[in-house]
Amino acid sequence: MAVFDPFSPEAMAGRAKGAPQPMWVERVPVAVWVMAVVFLTMPAWAGTFWIFQVMGWSFILGMIALSLMFLAGYGGMVSLVQMTIAGLAGYMVAILGPTGTAAVSLGLPWYVYIPAAIVIAAAFGTLVGALAVRTDGIYTIMITLAIAAAFFYFTRQNYTIFNGYSGFNLVLPPALFGVDWRQPVPFYYLALGCAALCYGAVVYVARAPFGLALQGTRDNPRRMAALGFNVTAHRIFAYTFAGVIAALGGILLVWQNAQIAPGTAGLPAVFDILVIAVVGGMRRPEGAFIGAFIYVVLRTYSPDVLTAFGLSNERFKLLIGLGFLAIVFFSPDGVLGLWDRWRARARKRRDPLTGQPR
Amino acid sequence: MSMADTAAARLGSVSAGNALELRGVTKMFGALAAIADVTMTVRPGERRAVLGSNGAGKTTLFNCITGDFLPTSGTIRLFGEDVTAFPAHERIRRGLRRTYQISLLFTGLTVADNVYLACRGVSRARFSMLRPRRGDPLLIRAGELIEAVHLTPARDRLVSELSYGQQRQLEIALALAGAPRFILFDEPAAGLSPAERRELVAILTGLPTHIGFIIIEHDMDVALRVAESVTMMHNGRVFKEGMPAEIEEDAEVQALYLGDGSHAHG
Repeated sequence: MAVFDPFSPEAMAGRAKGAPQPMWVERVPVAVWVMAVVFLTMPAWAGTFWIFQVMGWSFILGMIALSLMFLAGYGGMVSLVQMTIAGLAGYMVAILGPTGTAAVSLGLPWYVYIPAAIVIAAAFGTLVGALAVRTDGIYTIMITLAIAAAFFYFTRQNYTIFNGYSGFNLVLPPALFGVDWRQPVPFYYLALGCAALCYGAVVYVARAPFGLALQGTRDNPRRMAALGFNVTAHRIFAYTFAGVIAALGGILLVWQNAQIAPGTAGLPAVFDILVIAVVGGMRRPEGAFIGAFIYVVLRTYSPDVLTAFGLSNERFKLLIGLGFLAIVFFSPDGVLGLWDRWRARARKRRDPLTGQPR
Repeated sequence: MSMADTAAARLGSVSAGNALELRGVTKMFGALAAIADVTMTVRPGERRAVLGSNGAGKTTLFNCITGDFLPTSGTIRLFGEDVTAFPAHERIRRGLRRTYQISLLFTGLTVADNVYLACRGVSRARFSMLRPRRGDPLLIRAGELIEAVHLTPARDRLVSELSYGQQRQLEIALALAGAPRFILFDEPAAGLSPAERRELVAILTGLPTHIGFIIIEHDMDVALRVAESVTMMHNGRVFKEGMPAEIEEDAEVQALYLGDGSHAHG
């Protein structure tokens, strides 16, 4: 290039070299700061029902859906077993820790049962992954669905470990640092912290070699092998990583409900996670939480709306189903896809100078 | 047996250091032999062109060498090591590389990410959960490779937005990542403009001399300019081997390439 081009990478690099490096604070987008302030101050201006039931549950379901988003969005593997992994982690907390069902629970201290629950659930996820990654598309869905169904029926019929149909009640979080973590405000911050941690981990790992390679195996497994990657091992490890996230969600879920029973990880719950991930959008991790929030709001408030119209409040599933159909029909990449397209259009309108679509 | 004899025997057992050695490699698809009883050796640093009409088995040969397919019978040795039963990624980690006839790229990632992944694939810490730092040697190496194939202006663009010619250039960058010792180029010039072909020849002839390669190419101008030896394939078999000049003047080869039916039995 003989002519000096002010937008060439060399020129840009030269300018960047002269200017001081931006602080990490400056590199965080404004939207993230706004969301952080909204979330952190929410207990000050929102009711306890809203922060405990609506927001707490959204964070939990969002984490479980996030583990599916990680596998499906970055790895191209639609796993229906994520709710089951969460359920297993919840069960492990109930079985190993103290509960109201003292005849079955072992009553171990928290520093044993919390790590054990996460490790066992992640190991289970890894095992399922080792089976599922040898298949593709619909067959991955079928295998993971079969395992989810088997887990549901097993927990319902096994009384020695899982206490069968009745499950466990009074599964309470340990009173660490003298705080009752099941009070709305502490639980809200606990769920917010865990959700933020998982979200941050997924965003970070997506750009680390492991996450990039996972996206490579999604786009082109054959080429990944031709670059020296062991595609099978990479996919199995993705299940492990997603398993840890789902396990954290499952532990919070059992604490929020204070009980766990086979229905917690029953097939309707398994499908709900898929619906949440699809509605939110699987392209980016935000989608999982957006989908969970929409689901929880519909689930919480639609019975009121339905009874106001003289319909049975059992019909809330109809509303969720119709919403799902509408999203899939109008925006296959979920609410995030709608948002992205709207932003792209707005930017195009605003940028007549370069005339470029970007 | 003297010391020298045992040394010679040991050398013989590692095939006297051939880069690539195929013995009786056959690949059947059902009853059809895509390649049949192919035997060929390539020295380290040697540049070989594989010619032949469509369906001669050239790409199948590549797929057997890289491990995309396992051969039905025969053995494949890479730098003396029997890799016949190795999965593709193990062969790549031993210095083998390839490009694909139809670009097989990561369309959802940027050019920089594609090349960075290629550099990662043959390094350690493929599973690293830590992001690379600004001065990461692999990032720098990826930048150099992007420069080497003239894609620096497009480094942050998604591969799905690149032109066909740019995708072919990226294809070559991926094959050059890490420390390649032997590269298989599958029709790198297909679909390129005359100017892009000249650039390709410059890239290929400019490769370090210790890197050998096999190139499948229909464009004789490209193939014979970069290769020092030629293997002609026909109907899945090796039909002729020789120097470029010999092959060019060979009557049977000319008949095959010019489509003279009277020699088609060859």
